[in-house]
Amino acid sequence: MIRVMDIIHYSWQALSRHRFRSSMALLSMALGVASVVVLTALGEGARRFVLGEFAFLGKDILVMLPGKKETTGGMPPLTGTASRDITLQDLELLVRRTAAIKDVAPLIIGSAEVSYLQRSREILVMGSNSAFLELRQLRLAQGRNIETVETFSGSDECIIGQKVRTELFGGKAAIGSWLRVASYRCRVVGILEGRGDAMGMDLSDTVILPVSQAQQLFNSPGMFRVLIRIRPGYDIPSAKTRITELMKELHQGEEDITLVSPDSLLAAFDEILVAMTLGVGAIGVISLLVAGILIMNVTLISVSQRNAEIGLLKALGARSSDVQQLFLVEALMITAIGTLVGLAAGLALILLVATLLPGMSFSPPPWALVSAVLVALLFGLLFSWAPAKRASALLPINALQKK
Amino acid sequence: MIELQDICKTFYLGDQAVHALDHVNLKVEPGDYLSVMGPSGSGKSTLLNMLGLLDRPDRGKYFLSGTDTVELGEKQRAELRSNFIGFVFQAYHLIPRLTARENIELPLMLAGVAPSQRRQLSEEVLERLAIEDRAHHLPKQLSGGQRQRVAIARAIVRKPEILLADEPTGNLDSRSGKEVVDTLEQLNCEGITLFIVTHDADLGARADRQIKMMDGAIARELNNNQGAA
Repeated sequence: MIRVMDIIHYSWQALSRHRFRSSMALLSMALGVASVVVLTALGEGARRFVLGEFAFLGKDILVMLPGKKETTGGMPPLTGTASRDITLQDLELLVRRTAAIKDVAPLIIGSAEVSYLQRSREILVMGSNSAFLELRQLRLAQGRNIETVETFSGSDECIIGQKVRTELFGGKAAIGSWLRVASYRCRVVGILEGRGDAMGMDLSDTVILPVSQAQQLFNSPGMFRVLIRIRPGYDIPSAKTRITELMKELHQGEEDITLVSPDSLLAAFDEILVAMTLGVGAIGVISLLVAGILIMNVTLISVSQRNAEIGLLKALGARSSDVQQLFLVEALMITAIGTLVGLAAGLALILLVATLLPGMSFSPPPWALVSAVLVALLFGLLFSWAPAKRASALLPINALQKK
Repeated sequence: MIELQDICKTFYLGDQAVHALDHVNLKVEPGDYLSVMGPSGSGKSTLLNMLGLLDRPDRGKYFLSGTDTVELGEKQRAELRSNFIGFVFQAYHLIPRLTARENIELPLMLAGVAPSQRRQLSEEVLERLAIEDRAHHLPKQLSGGQRQRVAIARAIVRKPEILLADEPTGNLDSRSGKEVVDTLEQLNCEGITLFIVTHDADLGARADRQIKMMDGAIARELNNNQGAA
């Protein structure tokens, strides 16, 4: 039985003899592994990014949307259109009659021209109440929150984002200044902290008004969304059922709202994004497959060029299994080194992308790293098996006589 | 020790059957020195391959130390080759990427011998064949005679009982050829059973037993000690 170290040494010498051919096979495997690593890292990065976008919602928060998924079919309505609006009166009753509800933040969204002195911008305007900042986990850099009463009505106050402050006020003090939002005037009482990007909305370029004012501004009685915080100690599914039933009662027996909990939303998105990561990973596996085929070809060429050597080894006492082992180890060495090079190159590339795009979190999921290595080794073994078997099956006399 | 009984081997060239070995019977005692001669296609190399367990007969029996090798599996035949038989080929069959020492150590490596012991055994044969100064040379850096001596060193490093040499001087000049034959005969004197396949009548005549092959059969055997059989 040949010693393991001797097999490795012998195979290494054989590979070194055909450096270019071995390097090409190694490179193909490295590219395959690197593509799996990079693609899954991109997929995972996208997944983290999207999930991070939802992270502003706590686990105790429900999102109510007008319209029912089952009645409209397909995705829940995103535009807020439904046969019956969710009104502020609905919400007042809801709060009064549901003990499980701690806070409610209604939300109306529209676009309006906002101006200060000679400067104006067409930006996103949101109508909500004082609970909104806390429910959306937004912080103020300056000033205070808008004040709204239980009936959701408020005074002529507004909060602006950082970008609005910079663009409209420049170096001037914004707090206390009067801002014109279309035909409505409000006094700036607070400025949001940071950029506050979420779900594609740039909250730094927005104005938040009391919801009652936004209703008048956009002439819209219905809510776009409603964020509902459930009181601690209350069961979320039960609260969902209670709210759904109550809304049904308020809407004359028609169940025309959709209640989404962040967990279910995240789970749905997670499922989609994991599938996407798996999909791009599968594309990488195709490159590994191609690399495997190349390794098979390289091994086949090697076997056919080394017939005399195979015959000699057999004449000198090598068993068929020894010959097979030698060729398998050669292929596995190419695969293993290619895999290591691919891993290093893939991780280096990810590091480079992460440096260039510091906002994104790119890193391959551990399962992808393990799978890339295992699949590469498996392909290396599988694709070199047949050529190695062919080498081992050669009759010594035939092999020796072949040129 | 070696006994061939009614060995037949037929090759087919298209529809034409070529009887490479035709009912060959042969008995060889340990330490015998045989030459196998005959025209091209007479079956002498096929006989040598059969003796070296590189090929199987279509019929007949081949006993090696009392074991019928025809019935053995590939693994057992490989073990017999490893333990009993050494080969010297006309074309040397040295592996070009390996140094002379590595080529010599190849049978030992295949047998799983530890590196330290391999080194010791290879030193012995390198010295014996006076090529110790060529140990680290690649085959392409060696002369024909040196290559054949490396091949002989490789063949004897496992201390085989049988040495099969197929045209060992075929690619050598007369001086190198003589050195190689002297070495082989010296090994025979030490007890190795020696078979030499050759076209060279002078070389063949040096053997104790001279076998003339014709059309796959042993046409004549001449025993230097006892006369023609």
